[in-house]
Amino acid sequence: METKRKYEVPVEARAATVPAGSVERALRVHPREERNPGTPLDLDLVRALRVNRSAVERRAATIPTRRTVKREWQAAWLLRAITCIDLTTLQGDDTPTNVLRLCAKAKEPVRRDLLEALGATDLGIRVGAVCLYHAFVPVAVQALQGSGIPVAAVSTGFPAGLNPLPQRIEEIKASVAAGADEIDVVITRAHALAGDWEAVYDEVRAFRAACGAAHMKVILGTGDLATLANVARASQVAMMAGADFIKTSTGKEAVNATLPVGVVMTRMIRDYHERTGHAVGFKPAGGMRSAKTALQWLILMKEELGDRWLKADLFRLGASSLLTDIERQLEHFVTGRYSAAHRHPMV
Amino acid sequence: MTTVSEIFETMAYGPAPESDKQAREWIARHGGEFGVFVGGRWTATQSAELFDVLNPATATRLARVTQAGPAEVDAAVAAARHAFGSWSTLSGHARARHLYALARAVQKHARLLAVLESLDNGKSIRETRDLDIPLVARHFYHHAGWAQLAESEFAGHGPVGVVGQIIPWNFPLLMLAWKIAPALAAGNTVVLKPAEFTPLTALCLAEIAHLAGLPPGVLNVVTGDGRTGGLLVAHADVDKIAFTGSTEVGRIIRKATAGSGKKLSLELGGKSPFIVFDDADVDSVVEGVVDAIWFNQGQVCCAGSRLLAHEGIAERLVTKLRARMEKLRVGPPRRSTWVPSWHRCSSSASASS
Repeated sequence: METKRKYEVPVEARAATVPAGSVERALRVHPREERNPGTPLDLDLVRALRVNRSAVERRAATIPTRRTVKREWQAAWLLRAITCIDLTTLQGDDTPTNVLRLCAKAKEPVRRDLLEALGATDLGIRVGAVCLYHAFVPVAVQALQGSGIPVAAVSTGFPAGLNPLPQRIEEIKASVAAGADEIDVVITRAHALAGDWEAVYDEVRAFRAACGAAHMKVILGTGDLATLANVARASQVAMMAGADFIKTSTGKEAVNATLPVGVVMTRMIRDYHERTGHAVGFKPAGGMRSAKTALQWLILMKEELGDRWLKADLFRLGASSLLTDIERQLEHFVTGRYSAAHRHPMV
Repeated sequence: MTTVSEIFETMAYGPAPESDKQAREWIARHGGEFGVFVGGRWTATQSAELFDVLNPATATRLARVTQAGPAEVDAAVAAARHAFGSWSTLSGHARARHLYALARAVQKHARLLAVLESLDNGKSIRETRDLDIPLVARHFYHHAGWAQLAESEFAGHGPVGVVGQIIPWNFPLLMLAWKIAPALAAGNTVVLKPAEFTPLTALCLAEIAHLAGLPPGVLNVVTGDGRTGGLLVAHADVDKIAFTGSTEVGRIIRKATAGSGKKLSLELGGKSPFIVFDDADVDSVVEGVVDAIWFNQGQVCCAGSRLLAHEGIAERLVTKLRARMEKLRVGPPRRSTWVPSWHRCSSSASASS
């Protein structure tokens, strides 16, 4: 009953307290970075982009085999991965109580005895953000108050992104007003597939304006984009339009975060950074369930972008059950034995 | 001791070393000294001239092996000649059975061979474990298949006889497999001379093959430097010489075998260009260059040792390449992700991807 009361805080009370807190949170997550303001759309650059698919696939295939982390290094990397997780629930059957439990897990993602055994109690291990539908933003904002964990909302007719543009923009504004610190938006894949990059640019620009102080992650829906060249072009256009993060997928496409797509997107981020000096973040999302996968993504970030991109201000993993496996691996490191997944419940 | 909290901040890769215990034990079982492997037996080392085999990463001695002279080479060729009679008249199916057994034995001892190769050659355990040794097993499987089909697919063809094979140090066991698998499949018997810098995996494989039931004399391994190779090339009872190595030595062998009636195959050095056009995906080009020139520390006959780029993208490419080179990891070869010391034949520095 107590938990139930928590999400039934009157709307007026929330409106009074939330915005200040959200600004604080945003500042903590993005301490010194200047946000990417975007650039004018450079169509020549976008159209000239080429991606050699077989070379990218080869690079992606060797990333997990050329670098590895073992023992203490692996445990530390897994803790770092946790701090980069956007702990996510985006299901039709989400309920406020589910969201509350998810938020509780977000605040204490690893069992205390394991953290003690790892000597990691002082690291302040918590997830990067909690990511949910607009409807649950107030619940999460309330539950995470004072924790420093940002609330992210998927707010543009997620996952298809085909609602009328004015409604999508209104949805962003509503989520921001409800206290979301980060907004995950989706591009209209039809524009990208048609090569109408102006339309993608204008749309994302409008989303960014609606986000205001909230950070914007642009979902490209890479599983729908057909070619890696389209992924590269969509990445550049999203960054030119002012994305704070570019994100692979909604998690609802047939194919979600894959390493080849990650190779292309991180290279585009590197290129954008070299050209403009602005560091844009990267978020793979969907289908990542094993601790090993998380390590592979961290290795990709370290190799293609460098150590600066290994923290939550520039790297997120959109996942939920991933955390369960990471906790299992940490328990194995501590005890030498594997526990069943149900001993590390998520919600 | 580095703590988890420290690594959490630095996000360093840390070591992931592969144990060399098994390989060291194999060397110790032989008292650290090896004769040559002839007719299914090791020759004694008491009266033999021995030389040191070094671990190129540390310049410390791994073992001492025999500098084979006329007596050893004669014995090896005689053993091969003796075995040729029964081996060449076995059915293709029977030879295939031996080669399949050898392939399985390589897989069974894969860890030992991978570590031993890394110790002996200095290449990274990642490459020996993930490339060299699995390919060795695949070559034996592949040629076992050809042995099985030889009577129908190569009707009218027969074995040459005793084959003398001389291989280099860049892929010691893989070169051995390339050489001996097809030769044995076709019904030849072999006297193999590995490079003097990297003889250990060849000796180990000879022993493994013997334990896997390969008849005595079918595969003989003699160790030594160019003098041993010279004896093998000049030997009157060798029917064919197969050589992989430098162009210079290839020329010497060509001259030495001319007019002798010996068959000869040579696989010599290259100087391969890497050509880049201005519409290329430059980031992918960079990885291609890295694989082309730093794979196996660049010690590959087909290494992309020249980069020819369109003028318009040359500067961008070189800038990206320079940035990528900062990420090459140099270090002890058995830390699976690090890249090892170059072989002392070429340099004492290190490198790779």
